Amino acid sequence: MRPIPAEPPPIFRRGPSPLARVTFLGLASIVLLFADARFRYLEDVRHAAGAILFPLQRLVRVPGEALDSVAAYFASKRDLERENERLKSELIAQSPAAQGYAPVRDENARLKALAGLKARHAEGSTVVQVLYTGRDPFAQKLFVSRGSESGLVAGSAVIDEHGVVGQLTRVHPTMSEVTLVTDKDHAVPVKVERSGVRSVLFGAGAGRAPELRFTPPSADIRVGDRLVTSGLDGTYPPGLAVAQVTGVERETGQMFARIECAPLGGVDRSETLLVLAPPVALPPRPEEPSEADPARKGGRAKARRGG
Amino acid sequence: MSLASRVPSFAPARPEEILKPAKPWFVVLTLALALVANTLPTSGVALALKPDFVALTLLYWCIQAPRYVGVGVSWTLGLVMDVVDATLFGQHALAYAVLAYGAEYFRRRVLRFPLWQQAVQVAFLLAACALLVLAVRVIGGAPLPRWTYAVPPIVGALLWPPLTVVLQWPQRPTRSSSTF
Repeated sequence: MRPIPAEPPPIFRRGPSPLARVTFLGLASIVLLFADARFRYLEDVRHAAGAILFPLQRLVRVPGEALDSVAAYFASKRDLERENERLKSELIAQSPAAQGYAPVRDENARLKALAGLKARHAEGSTVVQVLYTGRDPFAQKLFVSRGSESGLVAGSAVIDEHGVVGQLTRVHPTMSEVTLVTDKDHAVPVKVERSGVRSVLFGAGAGRAPELRFTPPSADIRVGDRLVTSGLDGTYPPGLAVAQVTGVERETGQMFARIECAPLGGVDRSETLLVLAPPVALPPRPEEPSEADPARKGGRAKARRGG
Repeated sequence: MSLASRVPSFAPARPEEILKPAKPWFVVLTLALALVANTLPTSGVALALKPDFVALTLLYWCIQAPRYVGVGVSWTLGLVMDVVDATLFGQHALAYAVLAYGAEYFRRRVLRFPLWQQAVQVAFLLAACALLVLAVRVIGGAPLPRWTYAVPPIVGALLWPPLTVVLQWPQRPTRSSSTF
């Protein structure tokens, strides 16, 4: 007697079972996750896939943009008047600073030349448009409309009219990824504009206020203080507005004060951003003695490239 | 025959209604639209509410057209989503593959239920998907997200009934051929 075959006849041949597929592909995903998280092997694959995908995405968005431009064409006269009014008042408010800027810049250049210092940042910047925001709730990212074809490089600072927004962390040919200052893996070396106290502003993730960590309770920082970049990291040029202190808690017995800040730049609002020219390479860091001096760490911490 | 009589009513199909097979181009088109919907610029409350349209559409087609969309297609689309969202390679791929596998068992019974009961089951599948992503990210060193992380799967489940009605509309038999 012939045994009854365990498998059904191959009329409805459909390849391996779903369980086999999900096991195989699940393992493949885990391998990919490790390769990407630990070793960053897959940046080239990502760029290649991006080069195919992003133009398609643009193409799909064309009808919507066309509609928007038609709507903008018919924008009411009152809206335009109001915006004009606002822009004029902003222009007047900023004109003293703008008029003062040129002599100060010249003087600065002269002084630097006298002191034999090199300019720390090249001239030139690129205006970019925000394409979309990252959906990932674990990271704070934006995607903007220019890329390596426009000369952008990873590590450049990104600002808007109010302050620092973030930095470029990945540059594709036609678009780039901006890690915002609110991202958990992002840090900006800052100083308090009023008192000059140096610290590092760490992002805390979506919906949480960025914090100044490792700041002693005795530091001269008050609610309402403006924080500007200190320029110590070689990524952000010095003097850009970053955040405002919104809360200071000094608990006795705690090693550090708890200082919460609100970003000044429109990290979740601005649609037009400015990518600053990449920093001029700093001289190489001197060899450190084996045990690092902990007192200097706060000021020297580098802005970590987002991950 | 007038046009009005050819167009099916804009309501979910009854269980006894036999749907026409899905057209491959329509499947591709809806998945592409879902991908675009996922990348629309949003912020604030809208971003916290925004469901994963790709997961939702994949789930629908895994149930309705398992011959076209299964574990393999879902995994590939997950990789695309990883590139578009700049997340770790394999994060969405893993989640979508497991989602498609869940749908494989789910689909044999889910169409018997009324839409709102389907939505409850969809909520569980989407939540499992979100938990998987959470596990991957937390193992990778990310902090625990806020409670709003639980909102998108619920919004996704709430969108299930309207999405079903819209997506199955081209598959509905014309009224002249479905008089009961």
